[in-house]
Amino acid sequence: MRDFDYVRPATIPDAIAAAARPGSAYLAGGTNLLDLMKGGITSPERVVDISRLPELNRVERLDDGSLRIGALVRNADLAHDTAFAKAYPAVAEALLSGASAQLRNAATVGGNLLQRTRCSYFYDTASACNRREPGTGCDAIGGENRLHAVLGWSDACIATHPSDFCVPLVALDAVVEIEGKQGRRHVTLEEFHRLPGETPQRENVLEPGDLIVAVRLPAEAASFAANARYLKVRERTSFAFAVVSAAAALVVDSGKIRAARLALGGVAAKPWRARSAEAVLLGADANEATFASAADAALADASPSGDNAFKIELARRIVVRALTSALAGTPERIPALPASPFSSIPGARHDA
Amino acid sequence: MTSLPITLTINGHRHELEVDPRVTLLDLLRERLDLTGTKKGCDRGQCGACTVLVDGNRINSCLALAVSHDGANVLTIEGVARGEELHPVQAAFIAHDGFQCGFCTPGQIMSTLGLIAEGQAGDDPERIREGLSGNICRCAAYGGIVEAVLEAQEQLAKADRRTAA
Ligand SMILES: Cc1cc2nc3c(=O)[nH]c(=O)nc-3n(C[C@H](O)[C@H](O)[C@H](O)COP(=O)(O)OP(=O)(O)OC[C@H]3O[C@@H](n4cnc5c(N)ncnc54)[C@H](O)[C@@H]3O)c2cc1C
Ligand code: SF4
Ligand code: FES
Ligand code: FES
Repeated sequence: MRDFDYVRPATIPDAIAAAARPGSAYLAGGTNLLDLMKGGITSPERVVDISRLPELNRVERLDDGSLRIGALVRNADLAHDTAFAKAYPAVAEALLSGASAQLRNAATVGGNLLQRTRCSYFYDTASACNRREPGTGCDAIGGENRLHAVLGWSDACIATHPSDFCVPLVALDAVVEIEGKQGRRHVTLEEFHRLPGETPQRENVLEPGDLIVAVRLPAEAASFAANARYLKVRERTSFAFAVVSAAAALVVDSGKIRAARLALGGVAAKPWRARSAEAVLLGADANEATFASAADAALADASPSGDNAFKIELARRIVVRALTSALAGTPERIPALPASPFSSIPGARHDA
Repeated sequence: MTSLPITLTINGHRHELEVDPRVTLLDLLRERLDLTGTKKGCDRGQCGACTVLVDGNRINSCLALAVSHDGANVLTIEGVARGEELHPVQAAFIAHDGFQCGFCTPGQIMSTLGLIAEGQAGDDPERIREGLSGNICRCAAYGGIVEAVLEAQEQLAKADRRTAA
């Protein structure tokens, strides 16, 4: 690890001033930043430790009914907050399906949004990577790329965003609260992450020094509590990133879908909100035929970026399955293996 | 950069130290304080061998900067037994053949202590497996570990009832 200056500012304005200087990086839980620094993928000259900034580790209900989750709330604490899990079950389920208990105890809300891609060429400094080093090319194109993007990718970069947490958040219209040199602003999570285009190194809308202070869930997000699920498919049952995942949330009344939310993970450089699928679901009968049409709509623009055509069909099936599970109803207690396609679906064999 | 002063309470003992900001909690424990029970496996958060409890929470000490944990209370495998008397989790691991090599066992035990403290697993083997999945072991001791966790929880609950009575 390269030498760096370590500072631990006491206030938010001091943190922003310190991090606005070039070559700075915020440190929260450190579970992604230290990994990247050890590998020489990032080498900040100054590490600005925000882990003890006051007031960022709180969850509060605002007057308008929205929920404000401080950027330093730990992933484990949020998922294990019973009131939170009851109101936003798909979010808790996504959090618990991510990483391991040790990592979730350290990882924070803000850090999870800003974790970098797990593209293996990005992690290998001997490879060409436009995201790590703009203009050098992309070794994933034509390389080992069965886990790369099928939506929104460009010729410059085909990486995916690895977060689980962000998938139900984007489905539920979460808003990122950002504080910077110009004051506070709000950006929807859907607009927060950027697609690669010609500039894959610009992964989100943050400017130098910008600090995520909170993530908000609007009042409406809790109206899906009875029929919301997160389904993650991965190459081993637990402690692995998603190959494909989906968050599905429905409001169903007399067999008709009154409101629908759908987002996909593991398919693009950002958590992917499937609005065209939501349009198919809205007002339709809640049944498998509707879900299949919604899945087709969600993947209509998908195309392989390499050896990953299988992901398109996999994603379609995951969408149908996530919607089917959501329709069946949110379970009382989040299943131990939200990852497993065999658990928690009525009639599915657990030992298959 | 020059070293920074920090204070850590490790297994009940207070340490005042000067550390290079690059030093992880794991390296500090092993290289400076000679607490080599905590193991370095992958050094990247993937194996769990470096698990310690910080302020009661299990974390990967390889992805934690020591400076960032100034003032923390750390429990390592060396602080788990009471003198010669093994902790119920340690005893249960032995009774159920829950370990084979010395490399992952300390992390497995620390992770089990964290899991039990979190109170999320109960008597559900699936939850225990998921809860300990951040600790990777190659020698298939997992079956024994699940049994050990179930027994240790029972022992600890009994001990709790005794102190409460
Ligand atoms: C082995 C392993 C497996 C994993 N598996 C999964 C998984 O299955 N699913 C999943 O979703 N994640 C997974 N993760 C990723 C993990 O969830 C992230 O590392 C974690 O969420 C990052 O949070 P942190 O607080 O530790 O961030 P840090 O490492 O401290 O920071 C990450 C980035 O965010 C920036 N940052 C942090 N907080 C702020 C803020 N408030 N404002 C502005 N910038 C900020 C930092 O500068 C840095 O660039 C895994 C990680 C590991 C090591
Ligand atoms: S896919 Fe993106 S992150 Fe991966 S090597 Fe190519 S440019 Fe880099
Ligand atoms: S050494 Fe820390 S997780 Fe492997
Ligand atoms: S206990 Fe070490 S490899 Fe299994």
